[in-house]
Amino acid sequence: MMIEGSGPEVTDRERDSRSEVGDRPAETAGGASQSGTPRITPPSLSQPSPPTPNGGGAEQTPGLSIALEQLRAFYGPAEAVRGLDLEFHANQVTAIIGPSGCGKSTMIRCINRMHEEIPGARAEGRVMLEGLDVYDPSVDVVAVRRAIGMVFQKPNPFPTMSIFDNVAAGPRLTSSRRGDLRETVESALRSAGLWEEVADRLDEPGAGLSGGQQQRLCIARSLAVDPDVILMDEPCSALDPIATLKIEELIDQLKRRVTIVIVTHNMQQAARVADRTAFMLDGRLVEVGPTQEIFTTPHDPRTEEYVTGKFG
Amino acid sequence: MEAASVPGGGRSVLGRSPLARLPDRVLRYGLTALAAAILALIAYFFVRLVGQAGPAFEKFGVLGFTFGSEWNVNAEHFGALPLLVGTLITAGLALLIGVPVAVAAAIYATELCPARLRAPLTLLVELLAAVPSVVYGLWGIFVLAPKLQPAEQWLASKLSFVPFIGGGLVTIPNYFITGLVLAIMILPIVSAISREVMATVPADHKEAALGLGATRWEMIRTAVLPFSRSGIVGGAMLGLGRALGETIAVTILIGNAPKLSSHLFEQGYSLAAVIANEFGEAQGLHRNALFAAGLVLFVLTLLVNGVARGLVLRAARGRLVHGTGDGGDAGARLAETVAGA
Amino acid sequence: MSAHGSSAQPLARFAVSPARRRRDLFARTAILSATVLALIPLVLIVYYLLRKGLGSWSTSFFTTDPTGNTFFKNSNIGGIKSAILGTLEIVALASAMAIPIGICVAIWLVEYGRNSRFAHTVRFAVDVLTGVPSIVFGLFIYIALVVGTGSTYAGYKGSCALALLMLPVVIRSAEVILLLVPSGLRESALALGAPRWRVIFSIVLPTALPGMLTGVLLAVARAGGETAPLLFTAGATLRTNFNLDQFTNSLPVQIYSDVTSPTTSVEHRAWGAALTLVSIILLLNVIARLASRRSRLG
Repeated sequence: MMIEGSGPEVTDRERDSRSEVGDRPAETAGGASQSGTPRITPPSLSQPSPPTPNGGGAEQTPGLSIALEQLRAFYGPAEAVRGLDLEFHANQVTAIIGPSGCGKSTMIRCINRMHEEIPGARAEGRVMLEGLDVYDPSVDVVAVRRAIGMVFQKPNPFPTMSIFDNVAAGPRLTSSRRGDLRETVESALRSAGLWEEVADRLDEPGAGLSGGQQQRLCIARSLAVDPDVILMDEPCSALDPIATLKIEELIDQLKRRVTIVIVTHNMQQAARVADRTAFMLDGRLVEVGPTQEIFTTPHDPRTEEYVTGKFG
Repeated sequence: MEAASVPGGGRSVLGRSPLARLPDRVLRYGLTALAAAILALIAYFFVRLVGQAGPAFEKFGVLGFTFGSEWNVNAEHFGALPLLVGTLITAGLALLIGVPVAVAAAIYATELCPARLRAPLTLLVELLAAVPSVVYGLWGIFVLAPKLQPAEQWLASKLSFVPFIGGGLVTIPNYFITGLVLAIMILPIVSAISREVMATVPADHKEAALGLGATRWEMIRTAVLPFSRSGIVGGAMLGLGRALGETIAVTILIGNAPKLSSHLFEQGYSLAAVIANEFGEAQGLHRNALFAAGLVLFVLTLLVNGVARGLVLRAARGRLVHGTGDGGDAGARLAETVAGA
Repeated sequence: MSAHGSSAQPLARFAVSPARRRRDLFARTAILSATVLALIPLVLIVYYLLRKGLGSWSTSFFTTDPTGNTFFKNSNIGGIKSAILGTLEIVALASAMAIPIGICVAIWLVEYGRNSRFAHTVRFAVDVLTGVPSIVFGLFIYIALVVGTGSTYAGYKGSCALALLMLPVVIRSAEVILLLVPSGLRESALALGAPRWRVIFSIVLPTALPGMLTGVLLAVARAGGETAPLLFTAGATLRTNFNLDQFTNSLPVQIYSDVTSPTTSVEHRAWGAALTLVSIILLLNVIARLASRRSRLG
């Protein structure tokens, strides 16, 4: 495994504040309603990057909240998600944990309607994106996916494209190019903490990067369309510990501009990155709450058994 | 980013303009229409073929035509039995000769051959498929048939007591030489499918056999062959479908004599050859009879190919379901080979 | 591994008995001989093609039409110019029809039809087409484009017959390659909010293209060698002809008519034409194999 030397520096500040549950950024409430006007990708979110004109917090563009209401998902006749009510707060990281096959991946794929891409699969119930049902007939699935990005388990940069083109793919494919593409790409790569590593080889194929770099490239790719929410489906399960750490640091920075939902098998990871954690079992929600609470004083005995490693 | 806005405010915010949705619809419906057109086209051809064959079937009856033993152009009497028999004899011979050789070549390539030789060997066998049918005919009639005739004559005289094979005068074009060339022509497809099927035999099956102290051949017989049997049979059936429908090489080599021959080394005719040979000059009922022969051939190959595909795809699907990793890839390759067939 | 002294050799108990070893040796020898046997025809065909074909190759062989006098032993019977050009024209037109349509149908099957009943019907129909004997394609086109139209054979009708023959090969090989495109690529493009048609044209097709090229070239090579569908659709002319609305000669038909001709003097032209045809087809095969090596999809 390659280990990249020149990663972005991450301050310890966030790591300390992480355990304080429910620390929603103050600007969230106001920001949610100001969309409709085109937003410009923030130049950079990483701390040591060049100073931004507005400087710090005022520039942050908040994510949106999501609420699942009686969500059910099926593969043919088999029901994988059995009536789920769950809320993801804006600009927070929510981790979904649970044993294999509990429906957590299916659930997350329902949020941006990727679930219906599988033949025979369908979903019922509602997924409210800041009060708007993404399953409403008037809603265009393509627009849903622009607003809700997704990062997959296996890093999968487009094999025919260079690093630059991979990041530019979103704006190009969605015909939503705004401003300078080069700036968008650089900004997305900076936000994904990859710019320093690839700045001098943007024309090389994306598939030539290491696994961890590829995954950050995929994150940059989804950032380039400026989503409000990013869904991550076990983004680190194919990566080594150091690459995993980088992604986790990145998640911590990204939550200031997007809402993040992360499915993970790794309970330590959930404890490290998530503000809130939900525990699922057999397609149902067992318990959701501040991460610390879930891991230290869960209300449900099944949660306790799972987090203490008694099953799963 | 025009995504979410004030809930309930203004027009649907998670939508696109109808214009932006247009290309997707055009593509979806256009492609669907194209697929439907292919179906319609095949149906149209089939119906028209039946229509053109109609008069011949009306005159002689479907069974009377198919199994009538006289094909006489001058008397305007058409029975397809001599053609059908010629088609079946030559295709059967092709299987008899071609399949064992093809399967052996496949076994050699997958199990016995040094790794370095595997790719070139495979390539050489597959190159046989690249040779056009008419070139097989050319080579068969000008080189192979004259050279083999003395040997065939010797065999026919030595085995004069065996019905169908022995006795009689060996002509240069005959059933046997046709079957032999057909065997060469189906070799690559049978071999390719057998090879792909054998490649899907799980390594642990083979290692288990070897680990028990089996010799290579015992391993092949106990682990490889049983596992690949249905795939090999399917491959052979696909080869049979090929041999039944093969036209030009057969037309050149079979002698085009519309009679029920009693000897392996005599001239005959086949369903495909009669069309290629007589269609150009045929008129009226004769032409209808040729269309009818085409229909019989079509139905015959359809049946054989249907069974073959069922067998091969069952073998492939089994691997795709149970196999992981390499097995799945091999299953996909197998499907590709079948597709290319 | 001596047969005696089992007490001295602890492994002798597990040794393969001579009978089994003989059987193994016999089976291996038989398999090897059969494999060699399988390769003999190729060697022979190539040998005779070169020996007899090269002899008839000359400049005039490629630059004259097969219109010469065949009655006298030493008269000039003419070359195969019209046959080569005719084959190129007919196959090019057939490819121009079959390849786009075939790839479009494959895209529909993989991206839209998937496992629907209709898609299965289409796959079944394509399978049926795959097994149809090539002469029957000739009959199909004859029925559709010659019977009752008042017209006769024409080059483009031959192209239609060949296109029909290529279609199932193109569809199924393209479908297999499209299925090999990792679904993760489609999903991540869709998850970016790309409309499906952009995903197909910008992500799926570029990834699949090198692999598809192989199947397409093999289909072209196969069509190029076909005789039967051309016999009563394109006809055989003797002169070079650039108008595909008229009788058009082709290499396979030229070879066939020379082989079946009662005059023996045209035999060597058949060999020369066969060598030419096989060379063209082998070239296409080589390119196809190189293309498949470059494919990222294995």
